[in-house]
Amino acid sequence: MSAISEKLYRRRRFKNGVALVLAGAATLFGLFWLVWILWTTLVNGIGALKPELFYQMTPPPGSDGGLANAFFGSMLMSLLAIVLGTPVGILAGTFLAEYARRSLLGESIRFVNDILLSAPSIVLGLFVYTLVVKQMGHFSGLAGAITLALIVLPVVVRTTDEMLKLVPSQMREAALSLGVPQWKVTVQVLYRSALPGIVTGVLLALARISGETAPLLFTALNNQFWSVDMSGPMASVPVVVFQYAMSPYDTWHSLAWAGAFMVTVFVLCTSLIARAIIARRKVAND
Amino acid sequence: MTNLNLAVAASLNVTTPSDQATSAAKITARNLDFYYDGFHALKNIRMDIPEKRVTAIIGPSGCGKSTLLRIFNRIYSIYPKLEARGEVLLDGENILDPRYPLNRLRSKVGMVFQKPVPFPMSIFDNIAYGIKHYEKLSRADMEVRVEQALRQAAIWDEVKDKLKGSALGLSGGQQQRLCIARAIALKPEVILFDEPTSALDPIATGKIEQLVEELKKDFTIAIVTHNMQQAARCSDFTAFMYLGELIEFGETETMFTRPSKQQTEDYITGRFG
Amino acid sequence: MPETTASHEHIIKSYDAELARLLSEIVRMGQLAGEQLALAAAAVDERNSDLAMRVVEGDNAIDALEHDVSHDVLRLLALRQPIARDLRDVLAALRIAADIERIGDYAANMAKRAIALNQNAPMRPAASLPHLAEVAGDMLRDVLDAYRRGDADAAVEVWKRDVQLDTLYTAMFRELLTYMMEDPRNITPCTHLLFMAKNIERIGDHATNIAENIYFLVHAKPLVEERRKGDHTSTLVS
Repeated sequence: MSAISEKLYRRRRFKNGVALVLAGAATLFGLFWLVWILWTTLVNGIGALKPELFYQMTPPPGSDGGLANAFFGSMLMSLLAIVLGTPVGILAGTFLAEYARRSLLGESIRFVNDILLSAPSIVLGLFVYTLVVKQMGHFSGLAGAITLALIVLPVVVRTTDEMLKLVPSQMREAALSLGVPQWKVTVQVLYRSALPGIVTGVLLALARISGETAPLLFTALNNQFWSVDMSGPMASVPVVVFQYAMSPYDTWHSLAWAGAFMVTVFVLCTSLIARAIIARRKVAND
Repeated sequence: MTNLNLAVAASLNVTTPSDQATSAAKITARNLDFYYDGFHALKNIRMDIPEKRVTAIIGPSGCGKSTLLRIFNRIYSIYPKLEARGEVLLDGENILDPRYPLNRLRSKVGMVFQKPVPFPMSIFDNIAYGIKHYEKLSRADMEVRVEQALRQAAIWDEVKDKLKGSALGLSGGQQQRLCIARAIALKPEVILFDEPTSALDPIATGKIEQLVEELKKDFTIAIVTHNMQQAARCSDFTAFMYLGELIEFGETETMFTRPSKQQTEDYITGRFG
Repeated sequence: MPETTASHEHIIKSYDAELARLLSEIVRMGQLAGEQLALAAAAVDERNSDLAMRVVEGDNAIDALEHDVSHDVLRLLALRQPIARDLRDVLAALRIAADIERIGDYAANMAKRAIALNQNAPMRPAASLPHLAEVAGDMLRDVLDAYRRGDADAAVEVWKRDVQLDTLYTAMFRELLTYMMEDPRNITPCTHLLFMAKNIERIGDHATNIAENIYFLVHAKPLVEERRKGDHTSTLVS
């Protein structure tokens, strides 16, 4: 009896070992490329860092310069995208979670939103190109911001929906049972409860759009000079990185590495902040 | 008259003369049916919740006891496809009548839930939140009201030094008493408890039960519980429900020593089969 | 009110087992007490002091069983928190055990007096004592049977039979008085016999107590009907 179970136990331990090794190997394989990419970006990017990056404009081929206009353009377009996308996203998410939770309409919207969420960003770029750039007759920062807003929108809709659904229904009932009307309950109680989650969603959306290149090529194009005019073409870090990396000039290559590094650092910081918010929320809930 | 009515009448007669049996009822359900998306969840319920007494509703899962409780403040109506038919009289007025203002109903009938759900705001604001919806009070008056409610819910001493702190930092038992204070703050006449201690440890449960006993001086209380000993400990009347029907209603002492229905006896003695 | 019976088993099977154990302990106690009574009566009848000694010693076994019952009742109350029919079951067991324990004491007391009685010449009234004991013994047996079956009607039937025993006792009381008045030398043995008869009469009362407990156990209300008392000795002047 015990001999049999001993044998069985050994066989199980063996199987467990094999599975563990395979899973570990797969993890290492994935991590290997990630670390390599980050390492290359880090080495080349840090090497290319210099103060001029932040106050000089993108240079013509061969000469020295910075990325100030690209940083500014990215910031401006991203912020506008967040400002445009977030309120609409939160309202739509609220509709889905609070008013259309189990309805056919709600499910359809959720489905369409999920498609939008995973739509290739270049498709959105083309869409805005036809809708805005063609109508205006020229590329513009505004068109770029609208494209990015379209990327932000489904992310915010989804997180708002999910976060509101995570609020225990008893909290909703408790607030309603005080006689407070639904809209007040949503704004004063449910949003408060779901806020950290929604903010996290917005931050993650920001991280995502800060690296988008393809949709901006069709909409904001690029601009070699400092520009605050949203109706004209506007520079952005990812597009500059794209153009300079394709060029044959070493000074441009170095600027491209610096830009790539800065975007990576920004995305990393945003994600860390988002994680910190989630962690704090967990502590508060426990 | 059915046997059930006779049983109800007989049991009410124990404490009150028969002519007062109906006038002592704070809430009266008459021919109450409830449908859950076509499913007949409550069948012809006739029941009196006596004023300033604790009435426990017991029964196995799915018997409709929570459903019944949730009709008394119409909280069920926030979900689609639920329908109540019949009459539920609160002080003689039918609360199921669409013309009965929800605002008034909810200010008269408070509710405490299974899971303690303090709002994500300070302890003070948790209590003040409901009051603000009904009354415009000065800062000082509001402070008095909040303290009053917290004292009545026997939690004042534990939170008086951290009123500005988040309510989420309290223990489960404290959170539940905070939720009771939140309901009391509106000065309701009835408080509904939906399994208020099922998430709490025995000590916290004991405190809630003690509180229920004190609250019945001022409020009419209905409590749904899975814990039969709890019903026995803190209620004056007990209703036993099974498969959407009210099987037996009577004084708690009678229900737990000599129930008149075999089904009740089998359930409370743990013989259900 | 409908009669409530333990028609279903508990969801927790060991609960049923513990209640069944309690019942079997009581029944065992009752059997022992019945045997003790019969043996004590035989000891008087046969003037057998050895047998009487055995009865006196045999009481310990009943006391030990009562102790077991108390322990089991305490355990059930603490761990199962019985209510309704279950609670009445447990309470009835505790009370009935106390009644049986008293019956055992009376039987033992009879046996002690039998030893004393055997020091004297045989008395004629002693002959009616075994009959008295038999009637009480039958009551005890039947009431325990009613208890085992949870049969309130049978219990009430036993309860009514106490009148018969009381009548027999009153008759014996008169007879003994006559003997004592005839010859003062009879007073000592007659007093012993009188006490023994009184013991048996008390055993009958305990049997009716048990019957009342069975009735309460089944119907959840006391047996209220006024019992016709057959024992008139307390008002007997002469």
